[in-house]
Amino acid sequence: MSSKPGESVKDVVARGISRRYRNERIFRALGLGALCIGLGFLAFFFYTLIANSYTALRQTRVLLDINFDAAVIDPAGNRAPDDLATADYQRLARDALNAMFPDITARAERRELNALLSSGAGLELRSLVIGTPTLIGTKEPVWLLVDDDVDVVVKGHMSRDLPENQRRLNDRQLRVVMALEQQGRIEQRFNRYFFTNGDSRDPELAGIWSATVGSFFMLLVTLALSFPVAVATAIYLEEFASRNRWTDLIEVNINNLAAVPSIVFGLLGLALFINLFGLPRSAPLVGGLVLSLMTLPVIIIASRAALTAVPPSIREAALGLGASKMQMVMHHVLPLAMPGMLTGTIIGMARALGESAPLLMIGMVAFIVDIPKSPLSPSTALPVQVYLWADSPERAFVERTSAAIVVLLVFLLVMNATAILLRKHFERRY
Amino acid sequence: MGNQTRHSPGISRLMCFILATASAAACGSAQAQAARDYISIVGSSTVYPFATVVAEQFGRTTKFKTPKIESTGTGGGLKLFCNGVGVQHPDIANASRRITQTEVDTCAKNGVKEIVEVKIGYDGIVVANSKSAPHFNLALRDLYLALAKNVPDPAGAPKLVPNPYKKWSEINAKLPADKIEILGPPPTSGTRDAFLELVMEPGAKTFPFVAGLDKDAFTAGSHTLREDGAYIEAGENDNLIVQKLEANPHQLGIFGYSFLEQNADKIQGSQINGVGPEFEAISAGKYPISRPLFFYVKKAHVGVIPGIKEYLSEFTSDAALSDTGYLSDKGLIPMNDKERKAVVADAKGLAAMTMSGGH
Repeated sequence: MSSKPGESVKDVVARGISRRYRNERIFRALGLGALCIGLGFLAFFFYTLIANSYTALRQTRVLLDINFDAAVIDPAGNRAPDDLATADYQRLARDALNAMFPDITARAERRELNALLSSGAGLELRSLVIGTPTLIGTKEPVWLLVDDDVDVVVKGHMSRDLPENQRRLNDRQLRVVMALEQQGRIEQRFNRYFFTNGDSRDPELAGIWSATVGSFFMLLVTLALSFPVAVATAIYLEEFASRNRWTDLIEVNINNLAAVPSIVFGLLGLALFINLFGLPRSAPLVGGLVLSLMTLPVIIIASRAALTAVPPSIREAALGLGASKMQMVMHHVLPLAMPGMLTGTIIGMARALGESAPLLMIGMVAFIVDIPKSPLSPSTALPVQVYLWADSPERAFVERTSAAIVVLLVFLLVMNATAILLRKHFERRY
Repeated sequence: MGNQTRHSPGISRLMCFILATASAAACGSAQAQAARDYISIVGSSTVYPFATVVAEQFGRTTKFKTPKIESTGTGGGLKLFCNGVGVQHPDIANASRRITQTEVDTCAKNGVKEIVEVKIGYDGIVVANSKSAPHFNLALRDLYLALAKNVPDPAGAPKLVPNPYKKWSEINAKLPADKIEILGPPPTSGTRDAFLELVMEPGAKTFPFVAGLDKDAFTAGSHTLREDGAYIEAGENDNLIVQKLEANPHQLGIFGYSFLEQNADKIQGSQINGVGPEFEAISAGKYPISRPLFFYVKKAHVGVIPGIKEYLSEFTSDAALSDTGYLSDKGLIPMNDKERKAVVADAKGLAAMTMSGGH
């Protein structure tokens, strides 16, 4: 590319120009290609996730004419709440189903027929009766939950044409389901239990709410601890501390801490909070403490960067007008740095939300049915719930696993949106 | 400057809110763990699906809270269980193998002296492949030769050589000429422990000179699995193995019976020594790879933590444990009536276990 004798600069440039244009085109094509690959993966991810999860929003139910028999529900006839709570409601559902198929009489076949109903059917009837005791003695049509095996077949996740020994439902059970379908007594309805229940071993009753509440408590503790501590640390290091070997050492250590694998914090939490301080296992408080240790360095680093980005002229102007150093930080520097600090907090909290490895050590990988009432109740977290369902043998958990991932993503989006709104609120330009 | 003062209160309000929640959380921790009103259970991930069903049923039908069940693995669970007596320690440990003497000693050292052992039934381990592939009939010896890192010299010399087998047909002419590829659990899994004990050891013992090795050499020879790609550690997630088998008909997978039962439309269980992994065969003890499942109760906690006795009677009730019980619906292989009656009687009397006695 060296210039030949007698050639002007203009010629040299002209000779190379097409090559330079070509290089640019290639570079732009590569960049666009990388972007497309990234978007392609994202589209694939969302497609599989949504395709697998949307069926979990609906749950198969069967319409049964329930005879709210006073002799079964309340034999004593005094409507005592204890009697109403402990009656055999599953029997009401079973009787109604059996009445529709009077030709099935053999004990074993009756059992198969009853297995089509979910154990949740009785629970639903119980809450109906306790809510309106006047139902007793009447006959009402009620849409009741069916077993997850029926649900899987009705949704078409398991083919009906398979040989009998490869199906979860045998031929007789399948005939009953098809007969009910023909009478229009089988329908898919909105699956509200998925959003209101805790975990369950019956997929049709399993819900995400206890894990969501657990994650919420945990993140509340994390935010409450790590945000003020991190901001205070960053302000002190950036605005007040003198630069010497000690602050350098601290800085290096904070940077290193941000890169420590999260499981290590779990071990630390187990040794410190549970074994030494005697805090309960599986509590969101301990989870939050562990996660705040993990998030602290991330927020400190982001907050320090945000403070450094505030122009020195602002500090000088404030000091020049007679503000104390404290006033200068609180009135001028902090408000300007706050959006950057909030960004760091979003990143840290998003990481904390998706974390399951440290929670393993402190006992949050657990079967939790009851909705946690406080940061001390035993609970689990969203990513852990995803893991537990992915590991369950029942086929109906496949769609619920995907749906739980969607809930996790929505939780993340809501959290980020809140932080972005806050940031917009505080953002100001000079 | 006016702009400035408009925003400052916002920030201080935010800070105030955060500090208030922080102090609320801190106050809460002060009264932590004064008492516990729910049962805390830890242990095996194999027993987890059964224990959770019982716990849920127990929470629904009694006035007690639903027990908390952690899936920690058998070893990890027993370690927590043996840490001591008191509300901060678990009340019950699930196990997919019997508690060992070492663990009983650790327990005793930490004050956990009386332990009630409850056997709940059996679990079969299956070797399965995709329905679209040929059905395997494997002998334990075939599996040993396919999976051990060092195997007896195919030339016949009485020494162990690095595993030379690439295809099933090289091991046994009756098997297909497919590449050996088996997906299975990692070393932390109880399923793997059981597989080593129930398949690899008896498989190795079919060679007289291997059986004659001293204990350490025998264990090393039979418990070390191949690392050349024929054995693929697939993680603890059995559903993942099922999906992979469906996608690749040339692979076999090792996992618990309940996953085969739930996915009978996609995968088939290989026959082992001529016996298929079927419910009746496993419960009759004819299927060679099955193991007992247990849970252990800390006797010192009975009466202190509410509901332990009632949980025990729910778990050992006919509605749960019998061959038509709800646990067998979930894939547990029940004990026969005689064995079950003995177990139920022991559980009712809270008879403390002894290692030598065994049940």
